[in-house]
Amino acid sequence: MAVTALVGAAGAASMFELLQLSPPGWGANLLRGLWNSILIACGAFGLGIGIGTLGAFGKLYGGPVLRDLLAVYTTVVRAVPELVLILILYYAVTDAVNQTLLAFGYDRIQISGLAAGIAVLGVVQGAYATEVLRGAIQAVPAGQIEAARAMGMPPGLLARRVTLPLMLSNALPGLANLWLVATKDTALLAVVGFGELTQETRQAAGATKAYFTFFMAAGVLYLILSIGSGWLFARLERRARRGQPELHG
Amino acid sequence: MTRPDGDVPRPEAIRIEGLHKSFGQLEVLKGVSLAAREGDVVAVIGGSGSGKSTMLRCINFLETPSAGKIIIGNEAVAMRPDGSPADRKQIERLRQSLGMVFQQFNLWSHRTILENLIEVPVHVLGVPKAEAIARAERLLARVGLSAKADVYPAFLSGGQQQRAAIARALCMEPRAMLFDEPTSALDPELVGEVLAVIRDLAAEGRTMILVTHEMKFAREVASHVVFLHNGLIEEEGPPEQLFGAPRSERLQQFLKSVA
Repeated sequence: MAVTALVGAAGAASMFELLQLSPPGWGANLLRGLWNSILIACGAFGLGIGIGTLGAFGKLYGGPVLRDLLAVYTTVVRAVPELVLILILYYAVTDAVNQTLLAFGYDRIQISGLAAGIAVLGVVQGAYATEVLRGAIQAVPAGQIEAARAMGMPPGLLARRVTLPLMLSNALPGLANLWLVATKDTALLAVVGFGELTQETRQAAGATKAYFTFFMAAGVLYLILSIGSGWLFARLERRARRGQPELHG
Repeated sequence: MTRPDGDVPRPEAIRIEGLHKSFGQLEVLKGVSLAAREGDVVAVIGGSGSGKSTMLRCINFLETPSAGKIIIGNEAVAMRPDGSPADRKQIERLRQSLGMVFQQFNLWSHRTILENLIEVPVHVLGVPKAEAIARAERLLARVGLSAKADVYPAFLSGGQQQRAAIARALCMEPRAMLFDEPTSALDPELVGEVLAVIRDLAAEGRTMILVTHEMKFAREVASHVVFLHNGLIEEEGPPEQLFGAPRSERLQQFLKSVA
């Protein structure tokens, strides 16, 4: 009832006006915010997988110093709330960079919100991805790698044609989780004023007082993004799991 | 099994000299020497922990020997003082000439049977794809798996997987085959079909070293039998002699325990 009353008060017609793409509608702002969110999520996820792959191989095959450093990285990043990390990395790191620049007689620089967002979330994603990929590599049946070695396959080809494809089916569920976390963690960048979906929504809602309309609209956009990603990852996983019998409960 | 033995000795395919292997404090091989000429079927028998699988795995350097010499054909494997291979390219080349069959089959689960067979010929040996497929289809027909070419390994029985694994090794056209307990992971009723394929290979004069627990089969196909005990060759000779008139007490005990 309350919902009907609320929508009724704003009026269904004015709700659609508010969401229109051209002014006075705020739809274009929301879509621009969504686009920024997707850009950051993609960048952070990609950076995270890059860091995670290096981290996983480092943890599995690296020397003791490298393994200790990676343990510190994954422990600290996974222990501290992401919001705190974002504030630390965004403000503290920007400040440190600028202090350094000033000390050497250069001017302050403005770090782009997009680059900072990708860097911050990428470092967070990398810590989780390191563990996801490490587990996935360890779960590859050793015998299948040994068979490739026994047939004289060189290491690079072996990684590309045997280890990585076999690892992928183990890693994808965890990576899909990480991707969804990445899409939603972009909302945390609203606290540093970056114009991603949540920030744009807040502005639109604040300016028009139509909080319900805009936050529902943002919710629907996040949901569409999730459903689309879910579909894509399901396809990837089916491809990666080819040859493995399905489990029937 | 009788083999054509002319006056001229056949060339050596594999030679092991003074092979030692330790895992930490545990010395698994204490100086094993062995030679297989082309066309020989060498059966290696022995109790669990006797070192027979380790010896086989040292031949293609899946295990790094602690000391000793491995000679494939007339090419000695270059080793560092600690036994590790000095030349990775050489190891890869020699491995391509030795077809290894594992206890656990180890087919690649993300590739179909046909893809398993042509993987190394096409991507490592540079055989044209059409030629590799033709070769693979001939081999699958030979091991009775033509109908399974496009099936993934997980959907085959253990016996079928092992026959496919043998075909995969043959597809590289190796000069010798190494079998590491090829029937030990199989249900008893599936052992026969795999042994039939190996028997067929022995009959065509293929060089092979076979680590096995199947004494009857070893006696039937082997040209030479080696009994390993505690990392040393306790007794060796033609199958009739080893199984018919074992001299060492340990071999007598072993044969009694597996009979």
